[in-house]
Amino acid sequence: MILRRPFFWIIAAIVAAFAIAPAIGDNIELRESLVLAAVYITLASNINMILGYAGYVNFGSIVFFGLGGYFSVWLMSAHAWPLAAALVAGGVAVSALALVFGLGILRLRGVYFALSTIGVNEGVMAFVANFGPWGGSTGIYLSPALFQPLGGPAKALWVIYYLLVGIMGLSLVLSYAVKRSKFGLGLLAIGQNEDAAALLGVPTPRYKAIVYSLSAFLPAIAGGLYFFKSAYIQPPDAFDLQLSTETIVVAMLGGQGTVAGPALGAFLYEELRGWLLTSPTFSHFQLVVAGVLLLAIVLFAPGGLMGLLYRLWPRLRSFLE
Amino acid sequence: MLGLLASILDGVLIGAVYGLAAMGITLIWGVMDVVNLTHGAMIVAGMFAAYVLVGAAGVPVYATLPIVLAGGFLVGVGLYWLSVHRVIGQPPLMSLLSTFAVNLVLVGLGTAVWGTDLFNVPASLPGFSLGRYTFPGTHLMAALLTGVIALALYFFLYRTRLGKAVRAVSNNREAAELVGIPTARVLALAFGLGVALASVAGMLIATMFPFTVLSGDAYQLKSFVVTVLGGLGNPTGALVAGIALGLVEGLTTPFVPVSWTLVIEFILFVVVLITVPGGLLTLFRRRRPA
Amino acid sequence: MNAKGGIKVGNKHYKVRFVEYDDQSQGGRVQQLYTRLILQDKSQFLFSPYSSGLVATAAVISEQYGKIMLIGGGAEGKTYELGNKYLFQCITPADQYLSGAIAELKEHNPHAKVAFVYSDDPFSKAVVAAAREQAKQAGFTEVLDESYPPSTTDFTAIINKIISSGADTFLGGGHYSDGATLARQLHDQKAGMKWVSILVAPDSEKFKTLGAAANGITVPSQWEPQVKYKPQFGPSIAEFTSEYTLKYKDLPDYHAASGYQVGLLLQHAIEQARSIEPDKVAAALNKIDATTFFGRTKFATDPGHHGLQIAHQMVLAQWQMKGGKLVKEMVWPDAARTASVVYPLP
Repeated sequence: MILRRPFFWIIAAIVAAFAIAPAIGDNIELRESLVLAAVYITLASNINMILGYAGYVNFGSIVFFGLGGYFSVWLMSAHAWPLAAALVAGGVAVSALALVFGLGILRLRGVYFALSTIGVNEGVMAFVANFGPWGGSTGIYLSPALFQPLGGPAKALWVIYYLLVGIMGLSLVLSYAVKRSKFGLGLLAIGQNEDAAALLGVPTPRYKAIVYSLSAFLPAIAGGLYFFKSAYIQPPDAFDLQLSTETIVVAMLGGQGTVAGPALGAFLYEELRGWLLTSPTFSHFQLVVAGVLLLAIVLFAPGGLMGLLYRLWPRLRSFLE
Repeated sequence: MLGLLASILDGVLIGAVYGLAAMGITLIWGVMDVVNLTHGAMIVAGMFAAYVLVGAAGVPVYATLPIVLAGGFLVGVGLYWLSVHRVIGQPPLMSLLSTFAVNLVLVGLGTAVWGTDLFNVPASLPGFSLGRYTFPGTHLMAALLTGVIALALYFFLYRTRLGKAVRAVSNNREAAELVGIPTARVLALAFGLGVALASVAGMLIATMFPFTVLSGDAYQLKSFVVTVLGGLGNPTGALVAGIALGLVEGLTTPFVPVSWTLVIEFILFVVVLITVPGGLLTLFRRRRPA
Repeated sequence: MNAKGGIKVGNKHYKVRFVEYDDQSQGGRVQQLYTRLILQDKSQFLFSPYSSGLVATAAVISEQYGKIMLIGGGAEGKTYELGNKYLFQCITPADQYLSGAIAELKEHNPHAKVAFVYSDDPFSKAVVAAAREQAKQAGFTEVLDESYPPSTTDFTAIINKIISSGADTFLGGGHYSDGATLARQLHDQKAGMKWVSILVAPDSEKFKTLGAAANGITVPSQWEPQVKYKPQFGPSIAEFTSEYTLKYKDLPDYHAASGYQVGLLLQHAIEQARSIEPDKVAAALNKIDATTFFGRTKFATDPGHHGLQIAHQMVLAQWQMKGGKLVKEMVWPDAARTASVVYPLP
């Protein structure tokens, strides 16, 4: 039972910390910083299932986030759906789409797969920029009136924040549950050696399609929340390839294949970026700093932060995942 | 009718230059299974090298070509030892990330120095007219030089000892090592060549279009599309695919709104990846009796 | 400003402190940084980010905290139809960008055949949507309507399409690199246009580096150093230009001028309101109908368009070759004219 494991309670503690910290003294400044951290953690935990477990490099994972944003925002603004229904519908629609895409491109392996995910993201972006019902390249602007059912913008931003923290928690639990399951073992086997896994009876095509679709669901909902909060959505923001690659960086930084790593990496990366951006000395060099950091990890510590922690304190392995 | 012809011819001229850039990616991939994500940054480096050489040092525009070629090669060799050598033979993710990291650093430094302003290399050559349509001399020259460089590369790979060593490593690294080829040095050489091709393509593009530090992304994506159409690891395929893509663009623009070209291109890209991952040229090869 | 004792409000003097961050043009970052500006840096008034989409995103935060935000970059008009109370657009909105070009062109060629070729982004699309109507009213014929992805780097095929369409007038463009590339390629491919108006890019001094390709290109501009307004308050045009040139070693473009204008308007409104209470300052801004070095300013006050700029006029500039050197001359309206327009294009 998952509830008995100590790591589940660590996840619960992280979520509780995210929920409580900004509420103390109504610290909205902290909340705004944690919003982005929660988005990064959600994206990184989900990409980790396909990248870290199954060993497939998805450069275009942001397509789920963007499409989810578009579905939800469009349902709310053009069809007056309530937030919750629009979010769930967005998540389901994007997962279904991912299944269709996945059945096509998951026949590819290695670099071929990685390149095709870029193609999917760019193709979808170019399509949406021409797609009239979603406003084409102008995108969709939301009226502040849409915040009213949640009690006005001030309260709505709190509601959005708690929902995002919830999605982040679900992402961590999902990532953990998958890793502990037979399904997860199958994915890890695929990551080690796909042909051998198939020989051992792992239904590789089905598993890959499921994990691809599964890793789309929560990012799509997070996208809905994020763009509802921004009050507008446009193709270049929704399908930002840079955010997509950053997600991979974050997962690597923390340690791919572990559950806690991507979350740790996402949190540290976001706080570092936030600090670099507002620091007068480094604001022009934040890309350089991010690049040097990443290069150092890839070359000298491919296990990421979790790899380093495990090496320093091997006993951590007994309760961290 | 004349318009269509002009459009196709223009597409072919510029497609050849995109093909040249793609040859850089594909050469590196073929030899060491690494997708070079510094490609876009090196294209931009070639552009700015041309800009600085012409603007500050007064070098004639086309005389910058050998300088950019040599400089690109040296930078490429340096980049190999810095970021690629340690991840050779590891899962593809590692080299993707290490080259991506270098790309971040280069783009970051570029924006710190030049900002995101626009730059233009003043280049003008007499063009050639077909009715009301004009083919600028710079486009003709770029396509011509692309042909020369492609031929030189072909000669190098197939006619020289060093080139043969590169191809041997590309075919089978272990076997090449067994017969005494210093693989690491050959890999560095190939990486240098790939980067040199990217930066020369950048220099040629700079003679045709203005650019910014961030122009690299668009050209890098284009190079990926061309590389995949031509088949990863196949330099001839890349050149042919570049020209073919230019042809397709030239054929479609007169009839389809331009904003849809990208959609068509990326659909083509994904479909080719899934159905003929070896590139379009394999379609022709399969027809031969086995 | 601070050296002179700050802004005077009644008997009190307020010192001005600026805080700024780099938003990297990312929506999520904009909200984080504007919240930081309001809560941590305790900003009382806000200036907008650049581009229409980011303005909309920042507005969610500024409206929520009831902070006044002056917009110096973001010409699209949609944001003002959403019922915001504290947004004030200090530049001419997108729908009037090309009206000057069309008015001037009508004088020279009442039967112009127009090719609209523009970037597929909200701002450029809003500009062209309005210009299309204005061109029709002027009696022009539209022979081509083509939008291109903002990332486009090569316009060869599009320009062949323009030539095929038989157009003699080019209206469009988008932002920096695409606009400059269009100008250069129209020239390289000898497209034979008699009139070319391109958005944004030709306003920059950098545009000169295109050489012959820049000659004759017109650009709608919010402001140019050569304009002739009689300010009711603030610096004169000459004072602003020389101070700016002294400090930044370059002539100010209209983005620099609109940046100064937002500060100037805010100072004026605070002095008029004799308070830094947002509601009182907003009321003062609603009442403004005044001319500064930047031109006339008045905001719409009806709830359907609150904050939309309705008085500021744009000018039309043209790059002209004078004695072997490219200079930017004002060619429209008559009040701002520094040279007569060169038509057709050299």
